Amino acid sequence: MKINPWNIIGATALGLTALPAMAQDCPVKVGVLHSLSGTMAISETTLKDTMLMLIDQQNEKGGVLGCEIEPVVVDPASDWPLFAEKARELLTVNEVDVIFGSWTSVSRKSALPVLEELNGLMFYPVQYEGEESSKNVFYTGAAPNQQAIPAVDYYLEELGVEKFALLGTDYVYPRTTNNILKQYLMDKGIPEDDIFVNYTPFGHSDWSTIVSDVVELGEDGSFVGVVSTINGDANVGFYKELAASGIDSADIPVVAFSVGEEELSGFDTSNLVGHLAAWNYFQSADTPANEEWIAAWKARMGEDRVTNDPMEAHYIGFNMWVNAVTEAGTTDVDAVREAMYGQEFPNLTGGTAVMLPNHHLTKPVLIGEITADGQFDIVSQTEEVPGDAWTDYLPESAVLVSDWKDLGCGMYNTETETCVQMTSNY
Amino acid sequence: MIRALLCLVWLSVFVSAAAAQDLQHILQTHADEVAKPSRGSVGDVVEDLATSGSPRAALFLEQWAEKNVWRDDASGRFFFASEDGETLALTDIDSGAETTAPADGFTQIKPNGGVRRVISTVLVQFQLSDPDAERRKAALESIARRGNATQLEPLIASLDTETDPDIRARKEQLITFLTARFGDDPEKRVAAIKSLSSDTSVEVRAALSQILASSTGVAPTRPEGNIARIIDPTNTPDAAYAELVEAGLAPPAVTASELRAELEANIVEGRVGGVPVAQLDTKAARQKAYSALAEAGIVPPLVTEDDKLEALSSHVFYEVYDEGNPAITDAARETLDAVETRVGWAQSVDLTLDGLSLASIYFLAAIGLAITFGQMGVINMAHGEFIMMGAYTGYVVQLIVPDYTLSLVMALPLAFAITFGAGVAMERLVIRHLYHRPLETLLATFGISIALQQIAKNIFGTQARPLTSPDWLGGALVISDVIQISYIRIAIFVLAMIFLCLLLYILKRTRLGLEVRAVTQNPGMAASMGINPDRINMMTFGLGSGIAGVAGVGIGLYAQVTSEMGANYIVQSFMTVVVGGVGSVFGTLAGAGLIGFLQKGIEWLNPSNTLAAQTYMILFIILFIQFRPKGIVAPKGRAAGD
Amino acid sequence: MTQTRRSFVQRNPSVLWFMAAIGLFTALVAVMSEATGAGLISTSFVKTLGKTLCLCLVAIAMDVVWGYCGILSLGHFAFFGIGGYAIGMWLMYARTEMIVTESLANQTIPATPQEISDAIGNQIFGVVGSSEFPAIWTFADSLAMQLAFVVLVPGLLALVFGWLAFRSRVTGVYLSILTQAMTLALSLYLFQNDSGLRGNNGLSGLQNIPGFQDSGQDIISLVFFLASSAALGLGYLLFAWITDSKMGNIIRAIRDDEARVRFLGYHVESYKLFVFTITAVIAGLAGALYYPQAGIINPAEIAPIASIYLAVWVAIGGRGRLYGAVIGAALVSLLSSWFTGGGAPNINLGFYTIQWVDWWLVLLGFTFVLVTLFAPQGIGGLFDKLVRKS
Repeated sequence: MKINPWNIIGATALGLTALPAMAQDCPVKVGVLHSLSGTMAISETTLKDTMLMLIDQQNEKGGVLGCEIEPVVVDPASDWPLFAEKARELLTVNEVDVIFGSWTSVSRKSALPVLEELNGLMFYPVQYEGEESSKNVFYTGAAPNQQAIPAVDYYLEELGVEKFALLGTDYVYPRTTNNILKQYLMDKGIPEDDIFVNYTPFGHSDWSTIVSDVVELGEDGSFVGVVSTINGDANVGFYKELAASGIDSADIPVVAFSVGEEELSGFDTSNLVGHLAAWNYFQSADTPANEEWIAAWKARMGEDRVTNDPMEAHYIGFNMWVNAVTEAGTTDVDAVREAMYGQEFPNLTGGTAVMLPNHHLTKPVLIGEITADGQFDIVSQTEEVPGDAWTDYLPESAVLVSDWKDLGCGMYNTETETCVQMTSNY
Repeated sequence: MIRALLCLVWLSVFVSAAAAQDLQHILQTHADEVAKPSRGSVGDVVEDLATSGSPRAALFLEQWAEKNVWRDDASGRFFFASEDGETLALTDIDSGAETTAPADGFTQIKPNGGVRRVISTVLVQFQLSDPDAERRKAALESIARRGNATQLEPLIASLDTETDPDIRARKEQLITFLTARFGDDPEKRVAAIKSLSSDTSVEVRAALSQILASSTGVAPTRPEGNIARIIDPTNTPDAAYAELVEAGLAPPAVTASELRAELEANIVEGRVGGVPVAQLDTKAARQKAYSALAEAGIVPPLVTEDDKLEALSSHVFYEVYDEGNPAITDAARETLDAVETRVGWAQSVDLTLDGLSLASIYFLAAIGLAITFGQMGVINMAHGEFIMMGAYTGYVVQLIVPDYTLSLVMALPLAFAITFGAGVAMERLVIRHLYHRPLETLLATFGISIALQQIAKNIFGTQARPLTSPDWLGGALVISDVIQISYIRIAIFVLAMIFLCLLLYILKRTRLGLEVRAVTQNPGMAASMGINPDRINMMTFGLGSGIAGVAGVGIGLYAQVTSEMGANYIVQSFMTVVVGGVGSVFGTLAGAGLIGFLQKGIEWLNPSNTLAAQTYMILFIILFIQFRPKGIVAPKGRAAGD
Repeated sequence: MTQTRRSFVQRNPSVLWFMAAIGLFTALVAVMSEATGAGLISTSFVKTLGKTLCLCLVAIAMDVVWGYCGILSLGHFAFFGIGGYAIGMWLMYARTEMIVTESLANQTIPATPQEISDAIGNQIFGVVGSSEFPAIWTFADSLAMQLAFVVLVPGLLALVFGWLAFRSRVTGVYLSILTQAMTLALSLYLFQNDSGLRGNNGLSGLQNIPGFQDSGQDIISLVFFLASSAALGLGYLLFAWITDSKMGNIIRAIRDDEARVRFLGYHVESYKLFVFTITAVIAGLAGALYYPQAGIINPAEIAPIASIYLAVWVAIGGRGRLYGAVIGAALVSLLSSWFTGGGAPNINLGFYTIQWVDWWLVLLGFTFVLVTLFAPQGIGGLFDKLVRKS
């Protein structure tokens, strides 16, 4: 073996050098790319703690490939360009084998080009708008067909809702989700005029006009349902205004896609009882695995802490990764990716999650009614639904499929039978 | 389907008095539907229960809807139960016998919202004449939500025994609605419809709209029936043509991708219909090639735009009422038009109220600034953080004092005191040294602002904290279904008015106010008249800050308490003061009014995008300041100097 | 009185020093970067340094408009962002066009222009639920046009805004609030999806330069670093020359007493407008260099707070001296990323551990208050005192 003097200098100098990651280098490094400060800290810190707990648990079981797992935690501070910068640092400076991270779509889109350039691997744990399948990302949160579509089906079939108010915060997830839902509802025979769409800024507080607009929808005697993709703090004012107008969940139900146990712990829930949320996991799910998980979380973080859906996504994603690494016998990204396809792992809510060739999971969809204690009564649970990277309800996306295993393409046009592109839309 | 079932339920109640049946027995025959009820499948069991004749059927339905029914996993029997820790207090459904059991072997039955609606509809028959007024109200509410024809007669029958005047009035109102929609006698229906014209409630409009329910269709000639209107298809030609295709009245149009697929399928020796493949990169060439294929009979003919238009003009697109009697639909249309006109007026009143409310919120947020910036000319970028401190004070008080009314009463003066103190401290430590450097006050207070924000984040976290209003501030003042405003907004309005009066009183009628004005106009002269400008500045700044704190409690009650809430208001507050005219309290009032009404107005013009309203409002303000730089009410005093 | 006109460099020794320093620094970084094989400085750090240079450039623009001319603009970061958006549109369009034409070339039938345009639109706007090109993207396919926009849009906006504001004699804090309102309006506008610039998502993947897909990020980052360094050098020269000229004297005079300058017969508004516009143009250029290195631009970048930070950098660095702005911007932004990146060790007080991730902003805020109160000339002022003593 030739010795390159530059490499020696490089390796010793400040640890700033980029050598190719060697397989079975101990310890195995896991990057955690969640905001610990800034606006997203409240949601993402929980996921950082989840990852640290999962890694500790795995290390107690002997780590992976005989190596200890070492977490590398960085803080992208809710600053989207920083996600790209920190992802690059994790992959080139810290030389991590895998990254678990991101919450918002824009942060994922920011990190994506770096991941694809450096052939990294990231697990993304949050429900999102779909329309993406990167070779280098595994999406362990829900695609629209695993959350939004079943929730609307529940409205149509179980509640008999006739008119829809799609209220969202003005950013990509509500925009795309509402586009898909609008098309879906129109396909289901709901006239376009019966679908009211509204977007509000982050942290919006003046809800009176919008609430009265929603009430007005019922002026023809239709049963109105609200589909809410309202994000974060703005929900507080929205539910307050709804309650102040004397509207309860029997008059106009609200199904939310961004309100979970964690968010409810900041609300006064007495006004919210009976309103709905759709997720793939609720803390109230009654299974032994979930009981154990909640107990471990509370023991580590405190009695008053709750568990939520993105935490389960990390739980499944991390365990699948560990199994895939064990199967592949290496942490090499390409080998692990191959081993990921078809990985099975039990959900905390019962049933089994399977990693599909389009990098999405099969997941059951749960609908819960909010109870007075800030938890959810599960009123509907489906079989496992396979996640769909490209929605079937928008004409441009309906012809696209993702299959990294056989077709080797994340954006394959079935009509022209060509791979549109190997990288992703950023 | 559901409706048909419910009709059956009603009929069977009145026709047959079936022998009382054991409820548990019925439940066991439908065990699956009871344990996992769904709106679509629950009809049968609900019907059987309702017709069982059992005196406890209504009780069961109520308990079921309230999630108080549990099932024994082993035996499959159902019980009423209430959970008490690890044990269940069980009540037998038929006998009412009480026992206890550990909760482990039992599963709670949780009917969803849709099932609860079905149950409440069926419960109506049992509840209409129930001695308990609450139950009668629940029944009426269920009818109001979704009335059906079968409810009309029992409702009329229950009217005779009704003693409560409110409920009686409500029953009469619902009878009118139901008569208008389902009455047998057309004349009575028309009369009922016409009697609704002065009511603007959503319910009335719902009843009328349902009478006017219609469906659209297309036919070669104008069909028979109660035609609502003829539609002009040329406004939406593509959609109209799709309708034609669906009705089988026109050949389907070939889409661009279908066209391409057909061309690809018919490549012969590098040519399609005589056109070389390489030249098929324009729309015209592709259509030419396709036409050649169509002429050869290989593909269906191309539908051109002209063909489409011709097909549209040779058919009639119409909308037909479901109701066959034109007299009734005419009456309903006329009444609905009258109602809509009233609703239009009511909506503008409502919009005015919303604007007034928003204006009062802006005023409340800006009034402290009207003092510190308006009177003293100090740019306090940390003003928003004083609002935040006030709101968090309210939150902390609520943590300690659980009674919401008491905590609110305590929080208001406490918030004033704390932010007054903070304001005075800031004035003494920082601002005092910068009176001759106004731009640097801006920067220094900005430094304080980011520090305070981050400290609040470190203490309270980034998540929104609840500040709950007492019950008497919950709900809304309902004038009609269209005009309503929540009490909390009224309270904020009142608070803003109180501050306005208080401030005017202090400035115009007290010694302090006189001295403040004197220092504002000429500090040197004021000092030589024996006024201590230092003390006055300190007091004035403290007052402005204290008011911001109280405003924070008010704003926190109606929205959310976060560390960033102040930052959300600061730019708008400054603009409120600047637009209104620095140095004048009335100016700030005018500025808040202008901004509040303007924002609501723009929102009304573009209801689906609230963000656009804010953008356009700021643009307007920028332009406004360009043309009236001194604001609506031109300033006097120190601020007018520059 | 004999007046020997000394040379520009003699009058401004700092220019020479600055040029030497930045030249040395650039050469050092270039040699140590991964692109040259040395690999002593990682690519991500080269990017950080390159971005910092761009921030220094916008900071000297801010210094000229505020420190020299006395206009406290709280909206200059908006111009920075506009520059980024203008170049970002071309980067996104050109990259997507390449991917799309490559993919469509595999079809049996050649694509129509309409199909190509639809496919590009779908790729770019598909993530925000649309596929049509807004009018604002008309020239996105032309690098020359978008480069012109980098200069023209900030310039025109500053010209119109400044003309309106200076004409109606909006000055002092009023102007500050007005410029802040401008940047708030712009960021709110861009936050909307309807703006046609992908709303909250903004433009991303900008680090992939079309035509250079074969060169790795190590090369690209170094090229941009060199370009940023050259831009900073040239910008410094330009502003040093402007402030040194006769016009520079008038500008400073306006800062000190606007009314007096006006009574002396100068058309104050024109001078202010010139300074406001030229600094906006430079800010736009800085942005156009910054965002391809950052990789993503979105409306949060131009929120009012960003412009205030710009003022903070200049104030800490020292107003009225160009190198002060450079020192302030470089120091504060690098310190910021050091503290918030977890680089600073936590301080254990026994009863409480100060984690700098949480407390850095508090420290910055109070430091800033102290600087304003006790060292209004900033670090540059202290530096000057030292130089004068020695």
